[in-house]
Amino acid sequence: MSTTSTRPTGATGALEASDPLATIAEQHTGPRTPPAPIPLSRVVRVELRKMFDTRSGFWLMTGIAILALAATAAVIAFAPDADLTYESFATAIGVPMAVILPVVAILAVTSEWSQRTGLTTFTLVPARGRVLAVKAGLAVLIGVVSMFLAAAIGAVGNIVGSNIAGVDTVWNIAASNLATIVLANVLGLLVGFMLGTLLRSSAAAIVGYFVYSFVLPSATSALAAAQDWYRDLGPWIDFNYAMAPLFDGVPTGEQWAQLATSGTIWLLVPLAVGLRLILRAEVK
Amino acid sequence: MITVESLTKRYGAFTAVDDISFTARPGRVTGFLGPNGAGKSTSMRILVGLTPPTSGTATVLGRRFADLPNPGREIGVLLDASAQHAGRTGREILTLAALTMGLPRRRVAETLAHVGLTEAEAERRVRHYSLGMRQRLGIATALIGDPEVLVLDEPANGLDPAGIRAMRDLLRGYADRGGTVLLSSHLLHEIEVIADDIVVIGHGRIVAQGTKAELLAAAGTVVRAADPDRLARALEGAGLTVTAAVDGALRTDAELTQVGQLAHAAGVPLTELRSADGAGLEEMFLELTAETQREGAAA
Repeated sequence: MSTTSTRPTGATGALEASDPLATIAEQHTGPRTPPAPIPLSRVVRVELRKMFDTRSGFWLMTGIAILALAATAAVIAFAPDADLTYESFATAIGVPMAVILPVVAILAVTSEWSQRTGLTTFTLVPARGRVLAVKAGLAVLIGVVSMFLAAAIGAVGNIVGSNIAGVDTVWNIAASNLATIVLANVLGLLVGFMLGTLLRSSAAAIVGYFVYSFVLPSATSALAAAQDWYRDLGPWIDFNYAMAPLFDGVPTGEQWAQLATSGTIWLLVPLAVGLRLILRAEVK
Repeated sequence: MITVESLTKRYGAFTAVDDISFTARPGRVTGFLGPNGAGKSTSMRILVGLTPPTSGTATVLGRRFADLPNPGREIGVLLDASAQHAGRTGREILTLAALTMGLPRRRVAETLAHVGLTEAEAERRVRHYSLGMRQRLGIATALIGDPEVLVLDEPANGLDPAGIRAMRDLLRGYADRGGTVLLSSHLLHEIEVIADDIVVIGHGRIVAQGTKAELLAAAGTVVRAADPDRLARALEGAGLTVTAAVDGALRTDAELTQVGQLAHAAGVPLTELRSADGAGLEEMFLELTAETQREGAAA
């Protein structure tokens, strides 16, 4: 290319001064020093904001609290007095949580693709692994905070409910069991996150999660009933099955081992594949 | 400064970008011209790290995009104005960009005003935006970090004539103050009016590049024969690049004398031989893209 420069004739003529696009006057003088790197705290702040700043995000988060309150009210209204225990409240609240939290994790990843915001996100922060790690961390944080919020709502419900019914307040869930329930929900949420990275589509990942958590268990229990070989193998490779003990108490050593093996198959390996795909995928 | 070297992107057997090299320099508007599907957007996505190249390199201000510490402060990017969460407001989208880049909040209002989005429009969700408003919001996102380099893919799409004119003035001013501007368009006129340097791409390959002055004054020879295929083989056999016009005339960069001698040596009777003076950029664009389209279809 030569250095000959020809100015376009139209550009230096009368300006459309009325249009503000024409009035931008940024200064570019000489070489500039490169800006400071983006600190992690800023990525965290932006990603957290993105989880709440849309209607769907806002109602998903608000929905957790609303459903916890509704479930608590339902237990008080409809459960027989003998069942007004903390476990009843925890179970009633836990079910909607187990459905919503993985969706929160899924949307944190897939909206970048489904809504194509990734075009902006990953040009402003090219380190995709960093963005995804922040999203995963925030999803877990939101999961844990929501669980504790739900536990608190359930506790209030238990006190109020038992007082209304005039029965003793029954605290029949050990603190260690509460911790394992939180762990179970975090694992479920991470399965959602994994599906999000693997499928990169909101609809596909949500459907995938429901197939995984509601359809698959029936299939595997049918398999276990019909096939002897699966009855022994199942607990080691079926993550849903291996997670069940977490809801009832602290798992035994063997159950922890089963969680580890099945979790490797259903969570760690596909998550590694999903992350690898997402780091190399084209953002369109 | 944008430097693209031997960039290639293949999707299986399809080559979307085929060994392209060009430079967009500070103080100049570089127009990236090509028909739809020529590989402009793919090249731009590779440049900003959204698409991994099959081979080759692209650098911005001397660094790979992924190595820029805070890219939004150095390069403003608008690839697709519609790629925004439909449920966010314009202001929210700009706020997210400002937060990521570490800019003061007042930049959001300033930039909104600069691109001509009113306060009321900024509070509306993007799903209710017209394409022109989305385009303005996308330009705002590119400009908010006050970058040295602008990369804009079809920025004039959806803008009304006044908006297009304002955009031109904006980019002209930007380059005049030392900024580097790379913008793509499939519309020749758009590029002709604004660009200092032009890179023409067709079917993934760069078919012409240079200053606008050079390309407008495209010299060369127009030659016609009863058997154009034979003539083309003779010229190409001598290493010349030959372009076939729709009417059967051939065009090459070579001098009249060389073309005449080659035709004579090959024993091809000519029906016309003249210099290609006064050929406008449009003719060049049509010919070049028609050429690559035929080659692409034959491949």
